[in-house]
Amino acid sequence: MVDFNGWDMPVEYPSAGGIIAEHNAVRNGVGIFDVSHMGDIRLQGPEALAAVQHISMNDASRLAIGQAQYSALLYPQGTFVDDVIVHRLGEDDYLLVINAGTREKDVNWVRDNTRQFACKVEDLSDDFTQIAIQGPQGVNLLQKLTDANLSAVKFYWVTRGTVCGLKNILIARTGYTAEDGFEIYVPSDEATSARVWNQVLEAGKEFGVIPCGLGARNTLRLEGALSLYGHEISDTINVWEAGLDRFCKMDKPDFVGRAALEKAKTAGLQRTLIGLEMIERGIARDGYKVFDHDGREIGYVTSGSYAPFLKKNIALAYVPPEFATLGSTMKVECRSQGVKAQVVPIPFYKRPKKQA
Amino acid sequence: MPYPADYKYTKEHEWIKIDGNNATVGITDHAQESLGDIVFVELPKPGAEITAGKTFGSVESVKAVSDLYAPASGTVTEVNGDLATAPEKINKDAHASWMLKLKLKDPNELNGLLSAADYEKFVAEEGG
Repeated sequence: MVDFNGWDMPVEYPSAGGIIAEHNAVRNGVGIFDVSHMGDIRLQGPEALAAVQHISMNDASRLAIGQAQYSALLYPQGTFVDDVIVHRLGEDDYLLVINAGTREKDVNWVRDNTRQFACKVEDLSDDFTQIAIQGPQGVNLLQKLTDANLSAVKFYWVTRGTVCGLKNILIARTGYTAEDGFEIYVPSDEATSARVWNQVLEAGKEFGVIPCGLGARNTLRLEGALSLYGHEISDTINVWEAGLDRFCKMDKPDFVGRAALEKAKTAGLQRTLIGLEMIERGIARDGYKVFDHDGREIGYVTSGSYAPFLKKNIALAYVPPEFATLGSTMKVECRSQGVKAQVVPIPFYKRPKKQA
Repeated sequence: MPYPADYKYTKEHEWIKIDGNNATVGITDHAQESLGDIVFVELPKPGAEITAGKTFGSVESVKAVSDLYAPASGTVTEVNGDLATAPEKINKDAHASWMLKLKLKDPNELNGLLSAADYEKFVAEEGG
């Protein structure tokens, strides 16, 4: 167990086989994660949409009821308060799912920046136990436990249904593994949480389900090049640098951070996020320095690891744009040794298209 | 997995098997268990000199990087090349998956190392 932003969490479940087995269970079958550390902020009221639009960079007006989108909360400088998933639960009812480490900051920031709107802001983080059921077999596993018709729920949509006998449970087809999957939000009392967790494991036996920890969560999201706060995104990195342009809608009404992003766009990029694959022996790790072939320091690794499904050593790094050309090479200083790496497309892993 | 009685152990979780002036070195079962899935091993080349108590390489699992400390001083005579392509062998059987063979500089240097029983006790006290 490790301390993760105040939560006592397992890096891996050794009895289930450890990180590699957990990772591959999600790619090939199904794995489940206790992600109750994630925070939840609900915005409700006649001006809830206006409030969400003001504080987030994606266009929430495009959300139908029951739809979700990846988005981010930005500082006026165009850098990240946090990345979020915005769920539209009802007519004037939105749920933002936020990171554990930024919870207090996020809640305060949302409250401070939505005061002018007729909208109630509630921190529901402690109300839910959030269980992620991830992998191609996730749908079949969860369908055994719910009356909701999951095949009708598309990726990044939410529904409600009875789960493990609990009525009106929020079921979202979302995740952080670059795989199909669901996240369910059940009441956080210990007895209910434990019962649901165990029932999911039991129901998943026929699909080979195993519990997965933070280690696999990290390697899975890294293969999918999904950003992690404090690594690829932070209060000093802006949207363009992080390559999250497609989630930032400059043509929607004004939002916090927009003006700075407009300026940054004109000024041009100083650095950009790239994918690296190690072509010499060595594993790039978070924080390792990146050098060009003349030995000049040009950037740093934000996340790096052995990738269990791809069976390669991969990394995400920030470098000036002139070094970002696909196929170009550079060196990552791995424990005082320069190890050659090549720029490759991200995401490193894309899940196979569903067969008809 | 039992700790072979004819090996000696370090508090940094390496084992050494001594055969006259020669020795074989690896990491312990406890070390592989704490590291989890091992995916990378960096070892010196044959001919390299290593010094007791100093790092001679590293071992990496998916989740962590760990230095390897020399249980004794000497010259590397052989390196287990299998581990470059199949480092997971260490997880399967750490006490058989040797890393280096050494020509010892001074066999007396080994007196400070732990016996199997002492190492087991040390690991238990360290809290697993």
